[in-house]
Amino acid sequence: MAATRIEAYRVEADQLYESYRSLTLAEVKTVVEHLREKLRIHIVKMDVEEMVFDLIGADASFANALRRILLAEVPSMAIEIVHVFANSSILHDEVLAHRLGLIPILADPAHFEGMLPGPAAEANEHNTLVFELDAAFVLAKGETGRQKDSSNGINTCDASTLKAPTRNVYAKDLVWRPMGEQETRLAERVPQVAHPDILIAKLKPGQRIKVEGWCRKGVGKDHAKYSPVGTASYRLLPSIDFVEPVLGEEADRLVELCPMGVFDIEDLGKGGARGAGRKAVVARPRDCSMCRECVREGPGVDRVRLKRVADHFIFSIESVGTLAPDRVLKDAVRVLREKCTSLLEAIEAEGRGDGGGGKG
Amino acid sequence: MAPPSAENCSSGIKASNISNLGSNFFFTELADQLQEDVSKPVTDVADKWKLLPHFLQLRGLMRQHIDSFDFFVNREIKDIVNAASNRELRSEADPKFWLRYTDVHVGEPSVDDDAYVSSRVTPFQCRLRDCTYSAPITVDVRYTRGRQIVVKRGVMIGRIPIMLRSCKCILAGRSEAELAEKKECPYDPGGYFIVKGVERVILMQEQLSKNRVIIEEDNKGNVSASITSSTHDRKGRSNIFVKNGTKVYLKNNLLGDDVPIVVVLKAMGMQSDQEIVCMVGDSPEMLDAFAPSLEEPYHLGICTQAQALRYIGAKIRNTTQNRGPGPSGMGFAFYRRASSPEEEAREVLASVILNHVPVINFDFRTKCIFVCHVIRRVLLTHRDRSQLDDKDYYGNKRLELAGQLLSLLFEDLFKRLNVQLKKQADQGLSKPNRTQSFDVIKCIRTDTITNGFIQAIATGNWKLQRFRMDRQGVTQVLTRLSYISCLGMMTRINSQFEKTRKVSGPRSLQPSQWGMICPADTPEGEACGLVKNLALLAHVTTDEESEPIRKLCFDLGIEDVTLLSGAEINASSNYLVFLNGLIVGCHSRPLRFVRLLRLLRRKGLVAEFVSVCLHEVQRAIYIATDGGRVCRPLLVCEKGVPRLTNMMMRQLSSGLLTLAELIRCGVVEYVDVNEENNCLIALAQTQLTVKHTHMEIDPLTVLGVVAGLIPYPHHNQSPRNTYQCAMGKQAMGTVALNQYERLDSLLYAMVYPQKPLVTTRTLDLVNFNELPGGQNAIVAVMSYSGYDIEDAVVLNKASLDRGFGRCLILRKHQTSLRKYANGAADNLRGPPEDTAAACSGMGGEPSAAQSNSAGAYSIRRDPRLRRFEALDKDGICQVGERLENGSVMINKESPISVADLNMGSGADPTPFKPTPLSYKGPAPSHVDQVLITSNEGGDLLVKGSADATAYGGTVTGRGVAARRNGA
Ligand code: SF4
Repeated sequence: MAATRIEAYRVEADQLYESYRSLTLAEVKTVVEHLREKLRIHIVKMDVEEMVFDLIGADASFANALRRILLAEVPSMAIEIVHVFANSSILHDEVLAHRLGLIPILADPAHFEGMLPGPAAEANEHNTLVFELDAAFVLAKGETGRQKDSSNGINTCDASTLKAPTRNVYAKDLVWRPMGEQETRLAERVPQVAHPDILIAKLKPGQRIKVEGWCRKGVGKDHAKYSPVGTASYRLLPSIDFVEPVLGEEADRLVELCPMGVFDIEDLGKGGARGAGRKAVVARPRDCSMCRECVREGPGVDRVRLKRVADHFIFSIESVGTLAPDRVLKDAVRVLREKCTSLLEAIEAEGRGDGGGGKG
Repeated sequence: MAPPSAENCSSGIKASNISNLGSNFFFTELADQLQEDVSKPVTDVADKWKLLPHFLQLRGLMRQHIDSFDFFVNREIKDIVNAASNRELRSEADPKFWLRYTDVHVGEPSVDDDAYVSSRVTPFQCRLRDCTYSAPITVDVRYTRGRQIVVKRGVMIGRIPIMLRSCKCILAGRSEAELAEKKECPYDPGGYFIVKGVERVILMQEQLSKNRVIIEEDNKGNVSASITSSTHDRKGRSNIFVKNGTKVYLKNNLLGDDVPIVVVLKAMGMQSDQEIVCMVGDSPEMLDAFAPSLEEPYHLGICTQAQALRYIGAKIRNTTQNRGPGPSGMGFAFYRRASSPEEEAREVLASVILNHVPVINFDFRTKCIFVCHVIRRVLLTHRDRSQLDDKDYYGNKRLELAGQLLSLLFEDLFKRLNVQLKKQADQGLSKPNRTQSFDVIKCIRTDTITNGFIQAIATGNWKLQRFRMDRQGVTQVLTRLSYISCLGMMTRINSQFEKTRKVSGPRSLQPSQWGMICPADTPEGEACGLVKNLALLAHVTTDEESEPIRKLCFDLGIEDVTLLSGAEINASSNYLVFLNGLIVGCHSRPLRFVRLLRLLRRKGLVAEFVSVCLHEVQRAIYIATDGGRVCRPLLVCEKGVPRLTNMMMRQLSSGLLTLAELIRCGVVEYVDVNEENNCLIALAQTQLTVKHTHMEIDPLTVLGVVAGLIPYPHHNQSPRNTYQCAMGKQAMGTVALNQYERLDSLLYAMVYPQKPLVTTRTLDLVNFNELPGGQNAIVAVMSYSGYDIEDAVVLNKASLDRGFGRCLILRKHQTSLRKYANGAADNLRGPPEDTAAACSGMGGEPSAAQSNSAGAYSIRRDPRLRRFEALDKDGICQVGERLENGSVMINKESPISVADLNMGSGADPTPFKPTPLSYKGPAPSHVDQVLITSNEGGDLLVKGSADATAYGGTVTGRGVAARRNGA
């Protein structure tokens, strides 16, 4: 029993990549050719925030490298330095700065230069975007703030609780202040926050926040706020087949068993094998969540085989809203390519003996 | 969702569940009941757990502390001042002089700003200003001044620290908004004191009950009845025991030797052997057992009372300690000085030995009956050891609460004040020619009482000369690690047992603790089982007037014991009735008596916490009105139907009915541990039969506050629950709603605390949702073998970046600017001038909170002055400034000489030496707030708090306390 289960999880078609080791250069070339031939990308879903595509014919290491780069090495803009001029809100400066940093900023990182860390770096219009936030909750004279007033985000509270009202500060209160020639340079895509309705803080009457947030270009491995994606993940395409057919009543039970609706019934007509008439078939293997429900008990125990296709990745990229998911993917590939190039250069430099690299 | 713990307790396997706990007889009866299966369909009271919030509303979470304090300031303090030994002050120097206290009051909390002005304070101000939250105690007096009789009201004799949320506290009964105005957290339970700015709790102390007979085996294997007598004047312990298995003796510290018990009886006037035998019991077996003791006096040649007294008089230890500090020491002598050994023996017997049995005008009758009863029980137990009392049985325990401890202290201090006053009066009155007539009121020194209270609460050392009481660690600083730690501390019970003793008896869980004491919440290690926690609904009683109950007993047909002969007392048809350990009388129809008394209680005619318990084996009825008993509410059932109806529940929720009314009309009643023995308590409605007298309100009330936070505790291995109880208190989270303003010396505040996704009912009851601790983590559980690690969590860096487990650490740094006796005072000084950089722009460079560039900071160039950068011109650091290790926060300077008094000359200013307060810490931080205020002495106080952010689990070293298990 246990043996069959392990069998059920073995991935398919792994043999190709196991034999890289002993290849000659020419042979590698053919392998790469082969890869190039085989590698396909098929986009399943695509909108401004999410992208799902099939990466077919690639190695797991390649897919994982791509995923890691998506998460941690594609640059984007985020608030890095916060100058606090006034903060009488309940939030501490640190917390406020942290919250501001996490707000996705809609600005193309390609328009900016990276900035070296450290005191030597000077902020200028090419590496810094400035956002201002000046929010205060001032009650007019004689106003208690407890009356009904639904404008400018003031929540009025129940008078019975005698609680003072609050004013919410949202991401939309962050205002871009162009520096130098930024106004003309970035005219076609004005920097702004990606989601205007992110709550930053709540103010009570008399409280004020006046801060200046300086955006920098950075990558997710420095801080998650730079990560252009919420998640980037992949899974292998499930492959389900029958060791022997599941027929009749049992087929119905199998269809019911699967919570994801992977199986369907195929009508064999009256004259089917054993006269059962119906047979279970795998209709939507993509939807399988590998929950093992079909092989745990019931008709499928020894007849259904769960496997995965080793070189078929269902990749999904969820953008935080600053960059379109396909753009993030392209950037990621670019980063990967650059890495490979610099690795090659380093190896070649090492081979020439000038020791320039060594960092590969 | 099914109620988490209800499932545990309502499962049908009740009997086995409980037999683990022990074999209280009602449980075995319960098992019988189940087999009989006479249960009939009963109307189900839906959601009776909804009573719980009403209980908490009525009694509050920490009500026992507050109740006991209220009792002290409203009633007991008056009793102490009006006690015969304290009420009047006379002087030997002038027989005409007297001072009489007529009344005493505790005023409103205030603080003395200086010698003349005192102003009202809020507890919050006291915390910030390092003051004591206390109120003046004032007395009304009549006294003689010269020839006049003067009546004065409101003479202050001292200050008493006020318990928060008690009736004297300004927070009592305030609404949430009013509390917020006073900067007080509405969820704060109160029940603690603020002394010199520190919150301190008087922990509940568990003790063996006073004035009760406990029959145990001493270390020689003798059966011994130990009686701890305690009255306002004296505490003592006597043992009546069977020596070497034959003769009965009395042992008391005051007597150098064990005295044969019959000699004691004879000394108390019971000269006839027949009378003694009648009293002890005249069955043949009793006679056999008692005979050797009865013969004892004749071997010693004692027949008469005088001989017996002489014998005892010779045995009295001649220590001066027993005599008190002599005639001048008011109220400290335990008994009057006697001239002869006989008289001394009589005094000792009357007021020292078994002093809780009152002896009026040397009428020893009641005491004789009491002693005979004890002898009888000792001899019976000697024959049948199964009648030994269990010391660990919770009905034999009393919890000493803040009010009781304070009243002991107050009486001691008040007596001391009177002694001082008397001394002054003696001095003042003995002066031969006075220009003014002596006014004793002017001599009252308030600091005796004030400092006495503050000292005791601030250090936790309770030192009372009268009782030779010297206890340490009575108070503890209220831990404010999290809200739950604070609640957990308020329900904690400390045991008097030494922690080093390796005994298991007092440590193990007693079946009688069911519903009173939380079975899970106890520390690990040496204090295991000795430190306990109250269960959610448990309540600790305060003293109740016993005199009305006594009268009521006679009205209900009790015969006065002093009028009965021994044969009548011991008749098998009669039950003895005890009131607080004293024999009141006999009753021939005990069941009817008990039923009537309970009926009256349920009708609200007798105080709700009076307990009545029928003991069939001892053929006695025990009535208790004393304080410190633990009790818990139960639903009253009649004929298998709870008196609580769905209608009442609806009225309760709509506010038409209150819980107090339900208690008054006997739907719900408080039952203490002893009375529980007479009850048959159903755990759920489905188990109710006609024989049941009560029903549990909800099984979750078995657990305490902290254990109540564990989801699905009945699915855990039991020590896991205990571990969680210890860890839950350390969880980081929100301390109080006013946490950022409290300026605690160290505050770990979680930036994004979350309400738990899996909650328990207790959790809602204690407002944990409003003051959460911890975060809900999404945990992936990995393979069992392979690349796994044990007992550890790998955290995702991105989630930490996004704020998971992030906390703020706020640390208080404070200094006070003192004024010295010679007129010199500490000073604040601005940062030293930097001539080099003075001209380079001092422009308003904004402070940066999160910055990599230090460029903006290079205003000053002189590196030696870098440490003064955070200072403002007044010498105090500015809010928002960055502090590095060694940065000066408060640039204080102190005069070099504080001893000599040359300030007045004005020749040259006293030289100062710098005594700055600097920041120490490996990681830089920022100034969060600065507070300048003055303490009680009028000294200026500068407090600042600095914060640093940290990631949970890495910096705090506390790790991650997980509310384990779950689904
Ligand atoms: S593993 Fe689960 S989802 Fe996949 S086919 Fe089986 S039952 Fe359906």
